[in-house]
Amino acid sequence: MSSLPDPQLPAGPIAEAWRRSREALPLISPLRKRNLTLLVVGTGLAGASAAATLAEQGYRVRVLSFHDSPRRAHSVAAQGGINAARAQAVDGDSVSRLFADTLRGGDFRAREAGCQRLAEISSAIIDQCVAQGVPFAREYGGTLATRSFGGALVSRTFYARGQTGQQLLYGAYQALMRQVAAGRVELLCRREVLELITVDGVARGVVCRDLLSGALEVHTAQAVLLATGGYSNVYFLSTNALKSNASAIWQAHRQGALFANPCFTQIHPTCIPSGDAYQCKLTLMSESLRNDGRIWLPASAGDERAPAAIPEDERDYFLERLYPAYGNMAPRDVASRRARELCNAGHGVGPGGRSVYLDLRDAIAREGRQVIEARYGNLLEMYERISGDDPTDTPMRIYPAPHYTMGGLWVDYPLMSSIPGLFVLGEANFSEHGANRLGASALMQGLADGYFIAPATVTAWLSGHPTPTIADDAPACREALERARSRIGALFQGGGTLPVDAFHRQL
Amino acid sequence: MTSLSGASGSLSLNLRIWRQDNPGEPGAYRSFRLERVGADLSLLEALDQLNEQLIATGERPVHFEHDCREGICGSCGFLVNGQAHGPRAATSVCQLYLRQFADGATLTLEPWRSRAFPPIQDLVVERSALDRLIAAGGYCSVNTGQAPDGNAMLIGQEQAASAFATATCIGCGACVASCRNASASLFVAAKLAHLGQLPQGQPERRRRARAMQQQMTAEGFGSCSSNLECEAVCPKQISADWISWMHREAR
Ligand SMILES: Cc1cc2nc3c(=O)[nH]c(=O)nc-3n(C[C@H](O)[C@H](O)[C@H](O)COP(=O)(O)OP(=O)(O)OC[C@H]3O[C@@H](n4cnc5c(N)ncnc54)[C@H](O)[C@@H]3O)c2cc1C
Ligand code: FES
Repeated sequence: MSSLPDPQLPAGPIAEAWRRSREALPLISPLRKRNLTLLVVGTGLAGASAAATLAEQGYRVRVLSFHDSPRRAHSVAAQGGINAARAQAVDGDSVSRLFADTLRGGDFRAREAGCQRLAEISSAIIDQCVAQGVPFAREYGGTLATRSFGGALVSRTFYARGQTGQQLLYGAYQALMRQVAAGRVELLCRREVLELITVDGVARGVVCRDLLSGALEVHTAQAVLLATGGYSNVYFLSTNALKSNASAIWQAHRQGALFANPCFTQIHPTCIPSGDAYQCKLTLMSESLRNDGRIWLPASAGDERAPAAIPEDERDYFLERLYPAYGNMAPRDVASRRARELCNAGHGVGPGGRSVYLDLRDAIAREGRQVIEARYGNLLEMYERISGDDPTDTPMRIYPAPHYTMGGLWVDYPLMSSIPGLFVLGEANFSEHGANRLGASALMQGLADGYFIAPATVTAWLSGHPTPTIADDAPACREALERARSRIGALFQGGGTLPVDAFHRQL
Repeated sequence: MTSLSGASGSLSLNLRIWRQDNPGEPGAYRSFRLERVGADLSLLEALDQLNEQLIATGERPVHFEHDCREGICGSCGFLVNGQAHGPRAATSVCQLYLRQFADGATLTLEPWRSRAFPPIQDLVVERSALDRLIAAGGYCSVNTGQAPDGNAMLIGQEQAASAFATATCIGCGACVASCRNASASLFVAAKLAHLGQLPQGQPERRRRARAMQQQMTAEGFGSCSSNLECEAVCPKQISADWISWMHREAR
């Protein structure tokens, strides 16, 4: 590969750079938009918000989703919350602080202009979601409530109990269904995108497979937006839903889109550890639990006593000991690494010594069982259902697991990949989190991409690039169809005896 | 602290599963036996294991919907011994663990049955009727960029919590499947109550209530005769009181 494509970074000081560049972006008249079709792949936070917004602006939008309903996209599982710098709290948060935290959290590997843009947009995301009816938690006085999240010293995470992703996704989904009802979005579910269609090097459509009939379909458009999520599921056991797949971005990469930072995967410190070989995934316990839960291990290696039998002075609250400023809220990568090292050194608890305690005892003593149960209700129930233990009596056992992928398809500042006309949104792109994402920043990024950034930058790109409509049987479409058909054919010819999961498990 | 270790042992199960190749052909129950599966596995993981065995013998695997496997996406759902999502209250079927069942138990698994949910294959049905109910009016009409300051409207903590409780519906369809009229009243009432309890939902409140209930009839869902089965099987425990609230709303 020769040199990197131009990232199109804005000129001048980065503060307000997004506002300046947005105001300078060319526009398209609503009348012309009506004749332009956009293809959005994925209905998670990024895809649903982009599709709804583009349709509101007048485009014809066709949406493809692997799921049977847009509401099931993996974003629905996000628990803890969404960051926004609203400078309303007393702890001195601000846009520049969220910018600095994002950059520092990402080990200075993220694009500064992109981090700044996220921080600037963050507050408008909350307003948009509130207007849609997202029932964020509120203070007694009626204002929006916040909590603090790993990697941050201020309280800037907005939440809806432990189901923030669900509520934000339903907001975007409902906005999307409103456009479906208005006839501006054509929604095609149970479709797997298999191939990108390019004409003269420009992305102009996809080939997908109807997951019920098996039929291959061609969809063409003026531009393609991929919002197909991350690739943590390349690991057999991850916190991702089972349908989360990397196939669309992988295919785009095979067809020439650059992939950036594939090694930057986030290992989340607080997951329910694994037991049986047939266990299919690891369940995340939101790290918001680290606000109240203290993480510890027996101070001496090989201590097999029950947790209650280990006296206070023989417990090692290792995050509090090592990181007095952050304590249990140390950034995810740091918390995961320390937990793993101590387990490797023989301090781990549970089966195979592969877990650490997350203990709510002190929080319950301080604030009462009821308060803690109200704060984390569904998480505690979930833990009990899976493990059979009551976390208000016995410390929870947690262990790190693959959770999020900072890497993804390379995009420039306007979120376009190295294939012109192919935009990449949400976890599928590599933007803004550098080597490590802050807790509660993925939801922020997905919605920033979908509600605010892509609608402006896609329009700007289209205004400068006439893309005449192509027929479904144009040579480029037929070739892409043929590639997909022969790949599927080759798989059927394989003739092995192992089920697909057997390969996945071995990865 | 033994429960994750597999110390709760293993058990054998008889599975009677509804098999139906496609909507056009009649279905029938088929029996399978699973020997000594880990009691710490979920029922869906046991089905994964069964499917691997079926694939090895060249038989078509059992088709069931699932995704998150943590009770939040609403993909999973079938009847276990006649009960939607199985015997455990407030639990979707993906969160049902085998330690719940006795060694040697027989479990009958069959799909949701309702006119508005056409069968697809085995345990899978088409639930897009629920999406069309939302499209009929289950939203606040606000375009991106038009939103006022989120703190401009004060919403009391209790009010926000109550709206949230109704907004947690995961759209699994268990309420419909367990209603003898196949009514979607709890689903619709939950959405109306979510938006109707918040100031943002007020401008369209009446129109929304009327449109969603009309769509419910158009989709072939039945009406509510207050048997409250829906509330009993709802994995999110949404209260059926909201159905009577809804009936007042539409007037
Ligand atoms: C358990 C869990 C908890 C989390 N909690 C938080 C949190 O508290 N705060 C936070 O900020 N972040 C959190 N995250 C991260 C965050 O949820 C995700 O990064 C984010 O939701 C991704 O959104 P997305 O829109 O990019 O993709 P997704 O929501 O994954 O959506 C992908 C979409 O693409 C479709 N798709 C995929 N492949 C194809 C294909 N080949 N063809 C057609 N369609 C396809 C799918 O059907 C789906 O609609 C959490 C993640 C997990 C796993
Ligand atoms: S698989 Fe998601 S709710 Fe059961």
